[in-house]
Amino acid sequence: MKKEIGISVLLFVLCAVTAILNPKFLSPVNLVNTANLIGLRGIFSIGVGLVIITGGIDLSIGSMIALNGMLLVMALTEWHWAWPVAAAFALGVAMLLGLAHGLLITRCKIQPFIVTLCGLLMYRGIARYIAHDMTKGFGNAEDFKTLQYLASGKLFGLPMPFIFLIVIAVLMWVVLHRSVYGRYLFAVGRNEEATMFSGVNSRRVIAFAYILAALLTGVSAILFAFYTNSVSPSSQGNFYELYGIAAAVLGGCSLRGGEGSILGIVIGTTLLLVLENLVNLLGIDSSLNFAVMGTVVLFGVLADQFFQGRNQKKTGRRGA
Amino acid sequence: MAPLLSLRGIGKRFPGVIALDQVSLEIGAGEVVALCGENGAGKSTLMKIVGGVYQPDDGEVQVDGTVVKINNVNDSMRLGIAFIHQELNVLDNLDVAANVYLGREPRSPLGLINFKKIHADTEPYLKHLGMNFSSWTPLEKLTIAEKQMVEIAKALSLKARIIIMDEPTSSLTLQETDRLLGLVLELKQQGVSIVYISHRLSEVEHIADRVVVLRDGKNAGELAKAEIKHDHIVSLMVGREIKSTYTASSGPKTPGYLKVRNARSSRFPSKPVEFDATRGEILGFAGLVGAGRSEIMKAMVGLDPQGGAEMTVGDERISIRRPADAIGHGIYLVPEDRRGEGLITGMTVRENTTLPSLERYSTFKLISRERERKVTNEQIVSLKIKTPGSETLVLNLSGGNQQKVVLGKWLSMSPKVMILDEPTRGIDVGAKAEIYRLMRELADTGAVILMISSDMEEVLNVSDRILVMHEGRITGVLERAHCNEENVMHLAVGKNIAVAKTATNL
Repeated sequence: MKKEIGISVLLFVLCAVTAILNPKFLSPVNLVNTANLIGLRGIFSIGVGLVIITGGIDLSIGSMIALNGMLLVMALTEWHWAWPVAAAFALGVAMLLGLAHGLLITRCKIQPFIVTLCGLLMYRGIARYIAHDMTKGFGNAEDFKTLQYLASGKLFGLPMPFIFLIVIAVLMWVVLHRSVYGRYLFAVGRNEEATMFSGVNSRRVIAFAYILAALLTGVSAILFAFYTNSVSPSSQGNFYELYGIAAAVLGGCSLRGGEGSILGIVIGTTLLLVLENLVNLLGIDSSLNFAVMGTVVLFGVLADQFFQGRNQKKTGRRGA
Repeated sequence: MAPLLSLRGIGKRFPGVIALDQVSLEIGAGEVVALCGENGAGKSTLMKIVGGVYQPDDGEVQVDGTVVKINNVNDSMRLGIAFIHQELNVLDNLDVAANVYLGREPRSPLGLINFKKIHADTEPYLKHLGMNFSSWTPLEKLTIAEKQMVEIAKALSLKARIIIMDEPTSSLTLQETDRLLGLVLELKQQGVSIVYISHRLSEVEHIADRVVVLRDGKNAGELAKAEIKHDHIVSLMVGREIKSTYTASSGPKTPGYLKVRNARSSRFPSKPVEFDATRGEILGFAGLVGAGRSEIMKAMVGLDPQGGAEMTVGDERISIRRPADAIGHGIYLVPEDRRGEGLITGMTVRENTTLPSLERYSTFKLISRERERKVTNEQIVSLKIKTPGSETLVLNLSGGNQQKVVLGKWLSMSPKVMILDEPTRGIDVGAKAEIYRLMRELADTGAVILMISSDMEEVLNVSDRILVMHEGRITGVLERAHCNEENVMHLAVGKNIAVAKTATNL
């Protein structure tokens, strides 16, 4: 909980500074727009966070957002499937890809980095191939107004992606912090060997984390497709896996596994977006965006190390 | 003439233990000295001092009659001492010559490795050892015996005058062993001295010129060539006063309650093991390190993917393939490596206690922390675990209390068969006694307890019967009346004795 408080304070300070320097930060348009982006990115960041808690990594997020977004567009506009079928198809493909990652990692013992790096390359390539490398749009969307509303409409003045994020975050909070599966996830991340000795099927636990991550990425893919209103297979979702990892790490997930929280990931995502917003609003050259983000994550993790180091000295040696 | 190597009054203390106390050892040129002793007698510590791994607290080391200080492995190499460890120190991804010259590669004028020279220099040693592979062979293509020869080649290339071999034959086949023993005798002819550490007394009888026996970190005696007999060695190895603190069990007994058949481990796949155990007893598993006891236990609880076992508990027939099979039937393992396998040290006492039985404390897969805390607190009270509370991280507890957390985790799940692997390793005396008492209570309430222990005192004082293993095989079972150090030791080195019974048909 200490970590969450730490970055919450950081987030608050950052918001205050931005608001003082440029009051536009608090304008409804800007807030709604930022909330929308938080929703879009927060959902897959939670997925990446779960995988990171097992001690793994998922690099395929961005390409999956492109591939599944493209499949959705094509299913709706070229194959004219009913929207529930098309959406289920996009999510189903995502889960199958997640299952494939999970099995390759737990059964074939290939490192998560490699498996999902191959995913990153393959899905991007496939997305470009099936679309003949052309951007495809939704057109006037007569047949799937409902889906369009669900993905990019507003409820109580809040953008739908943000509402999805809240619902998903609550659900995943229960799963991660209150359910048997969540406990196994932390246990596997801390010490897979001992977890296995306690009779937990650790391979299944890990594989399921990749499926969940892919499912959440699938949801993001649908939302993103409607956010951009067209999918450009070569650029949709580029680098998004890195946003997810950065948000999770900033939010307290350790790449060693076994540490992290849903609240932390959501705050981490928010922090990164406020930062981007700040760069924009303060008129800083937006080409510095990544540099600012990298610096903040680096210092966030350094500060965390520093405080942890101090705690460890107090409580004695940390177990392997 | 001064002996080649002479150790005088060597002492070495570790926190809480005196590993070596006034140990002396002399080795002449071209002599094969066997170093024998039980687990923990101090053989390895003594040799690590010679090898420069440890520094002695007392005493001195002389080479050729001059006092020397061996501060590190390089010092020992410079003095002509080579150490061939039981776990070979070779790099599988490099070729033979690269391994032989690792860390002292001759350079070409450009500062790069002079491959031509290292290969040209390595070949003669391989020929000399009668090896039929070349210096270009990658180590991963070689058998364990061949890798050992690479280590010996390295020793020869260092112009070693003393080669220490720690359990060199433990993973070799019979032919390979014969070859190694032949080589030892050949090296001796060439004037190289060998310190040979082995539990295999027949090998010792065969090659040693002299046997030095250690017991409890002290010199227990020496045998000259003519006196080297299996029985003489064993009687020097044992013969320690063991204060008996055995408490007999009071609970009811059901012989044959646990029947284990065809238990196979991946370490000894061709040696399936079978034994019976009585409900209400503590069956000790004795044997020398590496006898395959832990491996069998892991196979019994489904932790060896290539192994497995058939069991009968009461009237129930169980086939074990995965850990869940064993746990579902009340068969639990308290592993030897507490921090690595028994506990998740970064999690709390509560989270560790309930990990294998989380379903019991959940409704619709949602955990009730209240119920978790309740059961954890019960275990904390009944096992007297010293912890500030159920929410303390396990890594902040002492070794004894950590072990109690492991015990508590399984005790909360009513064990039928409890397997404890080295249950008191690294635990202080007071906590040891408590753990023995808990084991006895558990047995009396009707569980089978299988306890692996390499601590002779523990095996003799805690077990109702003792099963002894030697190289993957059960050599015999001793009834309480015949449980003494000598009998255990004979069985542990693979000798048959009349009083030992077979492990099945109680």
